[in-house]
Amino acid sequence: MSQFTYPWVQQGERSFRGIAALIAALARGVYRVAAPILRRFPGPVFFAAVIGVCVVVWAYVIVTRFADGIAQSAANTAVVTSMRGALTLAEIQAWRPAATAVWPESMFSGGLGALAYVVWPLQFALVRDLIAMTGIIGFISLVPLYTIWWERKVAGRIQSRLGPMRVGGWHGWAQSPADGLKLICKEDFIPKEGDGPLFRLAPYLAFVPAICAFIALPFAGSYVFRDLDVALLFILSMLGIEVIGVIIAGWASNNKWSVYGAMREACQMVSYEIPMGMALLIPVMTVGSLRLMDLAEYQRGGFAEWLAWRNPWCFIAFFSYYVASLASCKRAPFDLPESESELVAGFHTEYSGFRWSLFFFAEYAAMFAVSGLAVILFLGGWYGPFPQSWAPTGSGVIAAMARGVLFDGPIIFILKGAFLLYVQIWIRWTLPRIRIDQVLYACVQVLLPLTMIVLLGNTIWVLFDRPAYPGFQSLARVISGGLTIIGLVLTLLILGFMAYGYIHRRRLVGWLAIEHLPGS
Amino acid sequence: MSIVADTLLESRPDVLTDLDREAIEQGDVRTEEMLVNMGPQHPSTHGVLRIVLRTDGEMVLEAIPHIGYLHRCAEKIGENLAPYQYIPYTDRMDYLAGMNNNLAFALAVERLTGLEVSKRAQIIRVIFAELNRIASHLVSMGAYGLDMGAFTPFLYAFREREYILDLFESACGARLTYSYITIGGVTDDVPERFIDICREFLDYFEPKIAEYNNLLSYNHIFVKRTANVGVISAGDALAYGLTGPCLRGSGVKWDLRKVHPDCGYEEYEFDVPVGRGLKGTMGDCWDRYFVRICEMEQSVRILRQALRRLEGTPGEVRNKAGKTVKLPSDAVYYEIENPRGQLGFYVVGDGSTIPYRVKARGPSFCNLSITNAVVKDCLLADVPAIVGSIDVVMGEVDR
Repeated sequence: MSQFTYPWVQQGERSFRGIAALIAALARGVYRVAAPILRRFPGPVFFAAVIGVCVVVWAYVIVTRFADGIAQSAANTAVVTSMRGALTLAEIQAWRPAATAVWPESMFSGGLGALAYVVWPLQFALVRDLIAMTGIIGFISLVPLYTIWWERKVAGRIQSRLGPMRVGGWHGWAQSPADGLKLICKEDFIPKEGDGPLFRLAPYLAFVPAICAFIALPFAGSYVFRDLDVALLFILSMLGIEVIGVIIAGWASNNKWSVYGAMREACQMVSYEIPMGMALLIPVMTVGSLRLMDLAEYQRGGFAEWLAWRNPWCFIAFFSYYVASLASCKRAPFDLPESESELVAGFHTEYSGFRWSLFFFAEYAAMFAVSGLAVILFLGGWYGPFPQSWAPTGSGVIAAMARGVLFDGPIIFILKGAFLLYVQIWIRWTLPRIRIDQVLYACVQVLLPLTMIVLLGNTIWVLFDRPAYPGFQSLARVISGGLTIIGLVLTLLILGFMAYGYIHRRRLVGWLAIEHLPGS
Repeated sequence: MSIVADTLLESRPDVLTDLDREAIEQGDVRTEEMLVNMGPQHPSTHGVLRIVLRTDGEMVLEAIPHIGYLHRCAEKIGENLAPYQYIPYTDRMDYLAGMNNNLAFALAVERLTGLEVSKRAQIIRVIFAELNRIASHLVSMGAYGLDMGAFTPFLYAFREREYILDLFESACGARLTYSYITIGGVTDDVPERFIDICREFLDYFEPKIAEYNNLLSYNHIFVKRTANVGVISAGDALAYGLTGPCLRGSGVKWDLRKVHPDCGYEEYEFDVPVGRGLKGTMGDCWDRYFVRICEMEQSVRILRQALRRLEGTPGEVRNKAGKTVKLPSDAVYYEIENPRGQLGFYVVGDGSTIPYRVKARGPSFCNLSITNAVVKDCLLADVPAIVGSIDVVMGEVDR
């Protein structure tokens, strides 16, 4: 690897200016620090990063709760003169907490002092939201970056090659950030004959809704930005708005291929949106809530309680939702709006540089959003496969970690979402693309009637699955048990195939390839 | 309503057609036809083919191929060079099947001059022609998968092709433009261990064909995209002068290796696969595609026999007279079976060492002529499917 220099260090005389110089310097700095560490301990760094994200969120929650506590108890003491409105710094500093189990008095015997400067801004909801939003945007920026990298690695494995290997050292971990940097530094090209303002607007119309979907997407019990009562509707509508960005992009490019891409997207949307929504209604109907928190709470009883194997209708609904969600993310085999062998690059033919990368951010963020939705609605949300009653109850670090990794928490949610992402990637690199009339046929003539039947069947099922009908209930339990076993077998089969493929990766490529291809 | 239609048609006679009149009279929205340039810089036109499509929404009403972006005066160059010097130019025609191109020109010149080619050289020619047929069909298959949106078969195809190119490299040093088969034989004998390595490759390659079939040929989506699309009837195929897999895909059992065997093809045992309409109508894209897959299997069969024969046939591989051969005042037209069809060379001599005229009959060029007739009233996504199944190499279309 020694003959390779930093890819973003300009070998010639060209240098970055302005913000680009700042970004480049920042990237160089990060790279210099991160590369040696990552090259040595890739695994620990990965797990540390996952745990670190959780710890940051947890610390944030603790701090805001602390601020809440101060505000509340200060408001109840005589120190505060104005009952309504914000506390002043002096009020916070003067505040002496009452001795409780949470805040022992000895902790703040001398007043809050300098800590008041930290607590004061935190009492405003706006500040908290801004902090949380920064975190969310940071996370959403990481998701596409590393999903793209991961997709390229998986694609490489499927196609018996290696994928990115150079940038950064360990399996090309810095490939995506480097690509992003390159895209930012590229010329901002807008077609002369195109519709300039719309052309500029379109990437944001695709990107912003994709991020907004994460507002209502809970990662775990308390890991949610806004716990909306209609979270499901909100996310669905946000994913729907993303389409408008694509259509505008196609229209504003003044390119016939782009218009084709846009029209295909429009026509694909009207066909998949309805079966997708109807498939999502089935868990909603079973649980009786549009709130994602309730939907996940309902499945806390372990693998057998997951909604996908609750009844046959849910089982079918899960698969029809997954197919429709592939279409909603423009993923193969439904990648018609950007089908490169037919429409050059479809709606983003004329886009380049940063604007183009925004479309990709939107696509990969939406991929994670729909996978997350599937996880919450059908696959037990952020609860592990074991029943919650088995979870260790202690307050120690080990017990907390065991709970976080095996029973409940954002790590499980992200892992499940990543698994569904992997299946999306797997499908993309295996299947050919279907034709637009076949998309319409599949969505309108197959998926739509199917979900309608499923909806009807589930209605009747929910109606009878009550203590008033003990006979039906026992039958339902037997069927649910059978489906659980099918689900378990399916999961184990997929995991087994993945493990088999990984362990025998050399033999599967073939001995001739191993002797022949460099590095394989 | 018809008044509205008449006014509209009068006001915009350049844009509206009679189809629109019908639509307007039914109170439907007015549709406009659009001319779209597909190529020359389009990912699925396999080079620099430009197809002008007249479309109505996703429907393609008409497709007119425009060629000539890669014209390099290959035939004119032939009138200025000795046949021996012209061999490298034939490589650059159908650059995916250089060996077969060399062979066609060499055979035409040998026929004209009556040059003798040794037995061993003939076997080597068969081996390299068949290896190159496999390599060419692999590219065709992989690129066809790419046209359909399946990326992975392409990489698999290129992985296997790499071994064939390695074999070529070991024999002649080049990986794309070989100039290995030359006037009067081949430039050099095959290297040591060539037969073993080639056998090794065949053992490795044969099971892979089943893998491609599982991954692509019998894939439901792939079949849906290609079966019943771009159907060419046997009569049409003959009328347009199609040759090679395009003709055999329409069910016509015509292979020059069987009909007019050269290089001793008559001694080898192999079948001529034809399209049977397994997944749809006979002569559709899937049939043309599948004929190529079957031909790879047959090529493996031929190769196994040829390798066995090569072991038992020692001798010279090159007639030294080929380098300075004088062309008599005569003309000859000779065709062989290229991976894409019949490649023919028409060579006219005038008693000197330089031909008076060289004319090539390219299979891709003739096969492409049917595009206009087939790409009609299909969907936009079918255009790459049809063009890909005809499998043109623009280097040879434009020459």
